[in-house]
Amino acid sequence: MAQGSTVEAVVEAGEMRAAKGRSLWADARARFFRNKAAVASLVVLVLVVLFATFGQTVAQWSNEEIDWSLLGNVPQAGGPSLANGHYFGVDETGRDLYARTVQGTRISLAVGIVGALISVVVGTSYGAVAGYVGGRTDGAMMRFVDLMMSIPYMFVLILLLVVFNRSIVMLFLGIGLISWLDMARIARGQTLSIKNKEFVEAAIATGVSTPVIIFRHIVPNLLGVVVVYATLLVPQMIIFESFISFLGLGVQEPNTSWGALINAGADNLRNGTPWMLAFPLSFFIVTLFALFFLGDGLRDALDPKDR
Amino acid sequence: MIPFILRRLLVAIPTILALIVFSFLLMDFAPGSPFATERGVPPEVLANLEAKYGLDKSLIERMGIYIWNVVTQFDFGPSFKFTDRTVNELIAQGFPVTLTYGFWSFVVAVAVGVTLGVMAAVFQNSWLDYLAVGVTVGAQVLPNFVMAPILVIIFTLWLGWLPGGGWQGGQIEYLVMPVIALSTSYMASIARITRSSMLEVLNAGFIRTARAKGLPMRRVVMRHALKPAMMPVISYLGPAFVGMITGSVVVDVFFSTGGIGQFFVNSALARDYSVIMGITILVGMLTVFFNLLVDILYAWIDPKIRY
Repeated sequence: MAQGSTVEAVVEAGEMRAAKGRSLWADARARFFRNKAAVASLVVLVLVVLFATFGQTVAQWSNEEIDWSLLGNVPQAGGPSLANGHYFGVDETGRDLYARTVQGTRISLAVGIVGALISVVVGTSYGAVAGYVGGRTDGAMMRFVDLMMSIPYMFVLILLLVVFNRSIVMLFLGIGLISWLDMARIARGQTLSIKNKEFVEAAIATGVSTPVIIFRHIVPNLLGVVVVYATLLVPQMIIFESFISFLGLGVQEPNTSWGALINAGADNLRNGTPWMLAFPLSFFIVTLFALFFLGDGLRDALDPKDR
Repeated sequence: MIPFILRRLLVAIPTILALIVFSFLLMDFAPGSPFATERGVPPEVLANLEAKYGLDKSLIERMGIYIWNVVTQFDFGPSFKFTDRTVNELIAQGFPVTLTYGFWSFVVAVAVGVTLGVMAAVFQNSWLDYLAVGVTVGAQVLPNFVMAPILVIIFTLWLGWLPGGGWQGGQIEYLVMPVIALSTSYMASIARITRSSMLEVLNAGFIRTARAKGLPMRRVVMRHALKPAMMPVISYLGPAFVGMITGSVVVDVFFSTGGIGQFFVNSALARDYSVIMGITILVGMLTVFFNLLVDILYAWIDPKIRY
C-alpha cells in the first residue's frame, strides 16, 4: 500500500524525467529493478496487500461466525480443508482461521503503515527543524530525543495502555509516540549536510522565510533517505505491535493481529492444532522478509553512498 | 574521566526523575479507585484504606513521599491488589531469575555475534560468510515471541529434549530455550554490525601495513583490527540491553520462568498500578545505568573521544 504507492511515485517521477536524460530517480529505478530480491519482495508485498484487501471475498465464513459443527473436536476435524470452506482450519473457538488471518493481516499492515507515516511526518519535520535551526534549539531538541530513546518505551507504553484502556487508537498513538525518534535523528543528520548547499544560500539571499526554506527546500531533498528508512520502519512497527498483542495487551477480541494470532497458536501448540500457529506465523515471517529486502533494495537504489 | 562521568550522571538523574514523575502522574490520572470492588466499599472503610496507603494526601505530597522512598530506601510501596505483598517483594522474587537468563543471553549474543561477524569479514565471500549473512538475515524476522514457540515445537514437542517451561532454580535445561529465544535477534544484529565494521577496518591503511610487515592474519585481526572494529558494536549494546529486558517479558510469559516480566504482565492485566509503575521505574533505572556504563566504556576504549 504505502510502499507500493511510494515506489510507484518514484517510478513515475523517474519516467517523467527520463526524457531529459538519466535523472537521479531514473538511475535509482534502474538500480532497484536490477535487484532480483527486492523486486520479488515487491511482488510478495503486493500479494499480501491484495490478500488483506480482497481476501475476505473468497472466504466462505466470516471472522465472527462460529462453526458449531467443529467446536467440540477442533484438533481432529478443525484442520485446513477445502471441503468445509475453512482453508486455514479453525481456531480454538471454531472461528474460520482464514478470515481471522485476513483480519489480522489488515490490522498488522495498518499498524506498520500508520507507524511509519507518523514517523515520516513528525520525525522528518522535527529533524529538519532541529538540523536547520541549529545551535541551542538543536541541542535541546536532540537531547529530548536522546532522553526518550533511553527509557524502555515498551514498559511505558504498556503502562499507557493499562491506564487509558487497551484500544486500537491508544496502540496507534503509543506506537506513534516512539516511532519518529530514529527518523528525527536521520533527518537531522541529512539536513546538516544539505543546509550549506548553494540552493539554500540562494533561497536565503532572495528572502525566503525560514519555515518555507525548511519545508519547500530542505524536506524534499530528504525524501530519498526518508523513504528508505520508512520502509525499514514498517517491519519494526509490525514486530512492535505483535509483541504487545502477543502478551495479550494489544488489540482486543474480536479484533486480532498477527501477534495475537501467533499467541493463540502458540498457546494451543500442545492441543495438536499446529495450523493455528503455522498460518499466521508464515504470513508474519514472509511479509517481514519481503519488507526487509525491499528496504535493502531501496537503500541500494536511493542512498548510493551507503553501499 | 571523573568530570565526564559526573556530567553523564547529571543527565542520567533527571532522566530517572522525569520517568518517575511521568509514571506517577499517569497512575494518578488512571480512572477508578484501586479499592473499588463490585460490591462497593463503605465510605468509612474506604477512608481508612486511603489513609493506610497515604491516598488522602495531596498529589504533590504523595509524589514527594514516593520519590523519597524510592531514592533513599529503594522502596516502591505496597501492591494495591495483593494486600500482603509489596512491590519490592515481587521484584526480589523475580529479579534474580530475569538477571540470570538475561545475563546469559547477553553473553551469548555478544560472544556468538562478534565471533560470527569477525569470521564473516575475515573470510569475506566464502561459504562461511554466506552462512553468517544468511543466519543474520533470517534471525531478523525471528523476534523473541516468534522464536519461543518455534523452539518449543522443535525441542519439546518433536525431540522431547527440553522442558517446555518452568525454572526450577535455573537448571541448565530450563535455561537453554529462554536464552536462545532472547538472544537470537540481537546476536544477528551484533554479527551484522561486527561484519560491516570489521570489513571497513580491514581495508584501512594500518592493517595493510601490519600485513606488509609479515604479521600472520590471526594476529592482525586480534591485535590491530578487533579493537577499532568493536566501536559500533559497543554503541549497539545500549539498545540491545533495552531490547533484551523488554524481551524478557515475553520469555517470562511464554516459558513461565517467574521473572519480573511475569509480574509485570499479570499486574498490567489486573490493573495493579503500583507494581507496573515500580517495575517500569526499576527497568528505567537499569537502562539509564547501563547506558552510562556503555558510554564510559566507549570513552575509555576510544582515544579519539574527548571528555
